[in-house]
Amino acid sequence: MDIIKYKYFFIGFSSVLTLLAIVSMLVFGFRPGIDFAGGAFWQIEFANPVSLSALNEVFQKEGLDNILVREAASQQFSIRMKEINENEHQALLAVLREKFGSAEELSFSSIGPAIGLELRNRALLAFLLVLAGISLYVAFAFRKVSQPVSSWKYGLITLVTLFHDALIPTGVFALLGYFRGAELDTNFIVAILVVMGFSVHDTIVVFDRIRENLLISKNKKDLDGVINASVNQTFARSVNTSLTLVLVLTALYFFGADSLRYFTLLILLGTVIGTYSSIFVASPLLTFFTRR
Amino acid sequence: MNSKSLSAILLIFLLGALAAVFVYPADFTGGFANKVLPWRLGLDLIGGSELIYEVEMSGVEAGDRDSVMAGLRDVIERRVNLFGVSEPNVVVSKGGNVYRLVIELAGVRDIGEAIKLIGETPFLFFSEVEFPKDKSSEEAKTQDLKYKRTELTGRYVKKAQMVFNQVGNQPQISLEFNDKGAELFEAITARNVGKPLAIFLDNNLISAPVVQEKISGGRAQITGQFTIPEAKQLVERFNAGALPAPIELVNQQTIGASLGQDSLQKMIWAGIYGTLAVIVFMVLYYRGLGLFAAIALLIYIFLTLAAFKLFGVTMSLAGIAGFILSIGMAVDANILIFERTKEELKRGLSKMGAIDKGFERAWTSIRDSNFTTIITALILFYLTSSFVRGFALTLLIGVLVSMFTAITVTRNLLKAWIS
Repeated sequence: MDIIKYKYFFIGFSSVLTLLAIVSMLVFGFRPGIDFAGGAFWQIEFANPVSLSALNEVFQKEGLDNILVREAASQQFSIRMKEINENEHQALLAVLREKFGSAEELSFSSIGPAIGLELRNRALLAFLLVLAGISLYVAFAFRKVSQPVSSWKYGLITLVTLFHDALIPTGVFALLGYFRGAELDTNFIVAILVVMGFSVHDTIVVFDRIRENLLISKNKKDLDGVINASVNQTFARSVNTSLTLVLVLTALYFFGADSLRYFTLLILLGTVIGTYSSIFVASPLLTFFTRR
Repeated sequence: MNSKSLSAILLIFLLGALAAVFVYPADFTGGFANKVLPWRLGLDLIGGSELIYEVEMSGVEAGDRDSVMAGLRDVIERRVNLFGVSEPNVVVSKGGNVYRLVIELAGVRDIGEAIKLIGETPFLFFSEVEFPKDKSSEEAKTQDLKYKRTELTGRYVKKAQMVFNQVGNQPQISLEFNDKGAELFEAITARNVGKPLAIFLDNNLISAPVVQEKISGGRAQITGQFTIPEAKQLVERFNAGALPAPIELVNQQTIGASLGQDSLQKMIWAGIYGTLAVIVFMVLYYRGLGLFAAIALLIYIFLTLAAFKLFGVTMSLAGIAGFILSIGMAVDANILIFERTKEELKRGLSKMGAIDKGFERAWTSIRDSNFTTIITALILFYLTSSFVRGFALTLLIGVLVSMFTAITVTRNLLKAWIS
């Protein structure tokens, strides 16, 4: 497979995707989850049929505006609102039970804004530390001087693909937030960090082989040929190692717990994009970058 | 097959089988393994509540805070025990100047009741009363008074009792302080002879009797407008332990038991389907070699689960997700080895030689490919809390164990098979 021949197509495709992701983030923005912004999340299952509008009406009457009620399954609702204390929570539950009959609380969480701020700062710190750790690792992995492509170029491209792999799922997530109410929370950060880890190691595996082959190749001028051969040599292992991950993640997405759905989807997307980018983006970029 | 590799294989299978029996959740061994050591499941799987209370420490001296926290923890643990929670978990968390109590209640049906019980624990303290300088005590109005909190709080109460006022037959609460409390009480009363001493309960002024003389012996009476049931309840609570500092519920996460069990079932099935899919893929793609990888994967799963159980790792929803993710990564090492072996075979090496070279050459890739995941998991483990932390921990343990099993187990199996 001659990947380098179609490099403009792949790089163009990726650029468009990245651009779309950024536009999606700017246009749709994010909904902060309760663990970052503070607030309450409540899941209730009623024994009798209850309509969404009737439920909304009750909350309106109780003076709770800025409330988001969704029908998760039949007779099962998830409610997102501002932080309420335990007395308000119990009072509200009593009102609902009086109005709609027996109701079971599947879950209730309420997080104060102070804790939210703390969790957000910690998540940010984790994000920065992982980025720093990965960058150090990249610098370490490409520490040896190499010819004819200098080391820092490998490192830089690894980081470029890292952003590519993190940005695209994030853009999809902004879209999900707008249309499906997905919220940016600790789980999101964890998923993106895991994706970043995968992305880097995938790219490093391919680059390692390119470097190795460049060292032993007789025709140093034929950079494109060496890169192409290397990518093809590592193709099966890149795809297969990701495929096993994709298999378990797909199982998790379809059969796993509902609350992990977006988390799984993000890692799934990131894994697929990370594998694609290490083969079809990182390597062509390398030729691009070294062209005189 | 030589005896050394045979015994290695026997050992591997024996370990795997033992681990499988050990981790099996249901009753086919008569629940034996679970009686020896039960699984520790997170609140999000068995249902329960995590409550985080912030402790108001402004009234406590810096040097005293740790002991106050310890006291608070004990008191709340006693109260929660009173409520009949199995294995309540009360943990002190301290960050900078913020003191928190994290309370985990598993399997509580009525969490509202439990919160009431914890939150309404009486918080008692004594305050000295300062009068404005320009007015004598007779002229001063209530709003002019300044209350200065003393060190004497409910934490020094040894025993409480309901007694009746001889005159009006009003219920009163009689407090008996411990030694330190008695000392404090004596000093405070000595300082305030002729002045009122204010008694606050849950931040409400209950009464402010005027101190007639220095009181030693460590006994005090609280006269308030109590009804008999109120007084009774207060006495009960004082005896279970009054809170040494006020607390406020800042975070609550409650998962109903049915949702938790539903999640657990779903995660187990997702894990099983995911594992089956990986096994089918490995066998289809790598044929014979894939079969060995599949056996190694199963052994990996049992050994890792056994490790989780043995070390008491709490399996939360995210924790299981991390483990399932590690199942997808566990065969990575095998794939790297097999791909390398294929390349070596193409170079004309013998089957045995190619496999040996494959293992040898693949090791650096295996190490490198897991390295970024290890970095990420470590950072997440130290920086996150509760639910997410489980994910980082199981992923970390999973990746570490898999590096071992994918290599050792597969290698021994393959060697034995070929020779």
